[in-house]
Amino acid sequence: MVKIEAVIKPFVLDAVKEALHEVGVTGLTVTDVKGFGRQKGHKEIYRGAEYLVEFQPKTKIETVVPDHLVDQVVNAIQKAARTGKIGDGKIFVYPLSQVIRIRTGETGETAI
Amino acid sequence: MNTGDTAFVLMATALVMLMTPGLALFYGGLVRSKNVLATMLQSFICLGVVSLLWVVAGYSLAFGPDRWGVIGGLDWAGLRSVGLEAGPYADSIPHLLFCAFQLMFAIITPALITGAFAERMKFSGFLCFTILWTLLVYFPVCHWVWGGGWIGGLGALDFAGGTVIHINSGAAALAAALVVGRRRGYRREPFQPHNLPLTVLGAGLLWFGWFGFNAGSALKADEVAVLAFFNTQVATGAAAVSWIVAEWIKIGRPTTLGAASGAVAGLVAVTPAAGFVGPLAAVWIGLLAGVLCYGAVLLKERLGYDDALDVVGIHGVGGLWGALATGLFASTAFNPAGADGLFHGNPKQFLVQAIGAVGAIVYSFALSWVLLKVTDKLTGLRVAGEEEVQGLDLTQHSETGYVL
Repeated sequence: MVKIEAVIKPFVLDAVKEALHEVGVTGLTVTDVKGFGRQKGHKEIYRGAEYLVEFQPKTKIETVVPDHLVDQVVNAIQKAARTGKIGDGKIFVYPLSQVIRIRTGETGETAI
Repeated sequence: MNTGDTAFVLMATALVMLMTPGLALFYGGLVRSKNVLATMLQSFICLGVVSLLWVVAGYSLAFGPDRWGVIGGLDWAGLRSVGLEAGPYADSIPHLLFCAFQLMFAIITPALITGAFAERMKFSGFLCFTILWTLLVYFPVCHWVWGGGWIGGLGALDFAGGTVIHINSGAAALAAALVVGRRRGYRREPFQPHNLPLTVLGAGLLWFGWFGFNAGSALKADEVAVLAFFNTQVATGAAAVSWIVAEWIKIGRPTTLGAASGAVAGLVAVTPAAGFVGPLAAVWIGLLAGVLCYGAVLLKERLGYDDALDVVGIHGVGGLWGALATGLFASTAFNPAGADGLFHGNPKQFLVQAIGAVGAIVYSFALSWVLLKVTDKLTGLRVAGEEEVQGLDLTQHSETGYVL
């Protein structure tokens, strides 16, 4: 099993969700996050004061998939989240040792 | 006694009262979310504190029988002999109504100052300073202009409180920003306003309430009230437009906060002139107010004093411009009970306006400085560094504005 985490632009979330649905991903956790990477921040101006806002608003998605789906899922995310401009985000893939469904106690891939 | 006038001034008094919660919203939106309640409370509680001071001695100090042109006597302390008969300041409404109307002005003035020391003042320090300042600065300056004191005696015109309220609070705000010092993280952290929609709502309520402030200052439902009402609208609209045009030229973007700030600058500037000038003059006063106050706010960034919510730039500079503009544009063709200004052949009026304004600035700045130092000794002014980082809502009041 693999955990896939991606930081994406907030406005591509719907497209990414659809794409994941199509490749058979059954669950997704979404968080609003802020951070910085290569993309520079933006300027905000309040009366006379200018502020460089370094942390960009992004969306983080997390999902867990069986090993055989990893490439398809990563491709789906990359395709749906790509705009070609700086700030499109990153995808992280981690090995995962265990999943337990709290309600039934099932473990492993059946619990995904 | 006139029932029409009484009804009108009653409503106007309620409108002016609403300006203080409006100011609380205006200021509350401009601070960071950890300080929203503390900032709003510093305005809101003035409705209570100043009302008490007013009854005990304030009204008497401001409007009681004149002593040497500087202060009212204590003859009316506890509102003794302030009854329901008409006079002495307005002959067609009850004395107690005039007292109530003036109370609302006394309430909002110390509330305006709180913008200068927002986000770092102890509540006890704020309270101590507000009580001392209202007693020793507001009541005397109010007396000087309206209660039979020396500035009014010179012939200075201040229709609804440009000098008494705005110059006075602006000068005190400068002293407060300097004595209290900058917020932690000044120029290192972004101090982004946490809720500009609140600020726009507050500006709207201030604008609405200001019709009571300016038109109500006629103290009669008459022609002068109508003139003041109309001038208030057009000067404010002009200033909102000129501020955003100025920033559009300067930074390439018109901003919502700029429009709200410009509106307040226009309201401030037209206040002393409202019942003494014609509508076209009011437009000019507003147009220049927006540009001048925007310039003053930019200048603050250069000078580096942390007047957090721009009380000096908007109320001080706008009030000063309004007082001087009254000396330029005032015309007896619009209000025979007023005077002619420089543009109508009476340069002396401009001089008198300037003397009154400078007198108020010097007194308010100097005494505010002293009172802040005294407050520092009595209760302390600033919260501890760690408390400032945590926010005043939690550390001063054990509350948070938003539970999400």
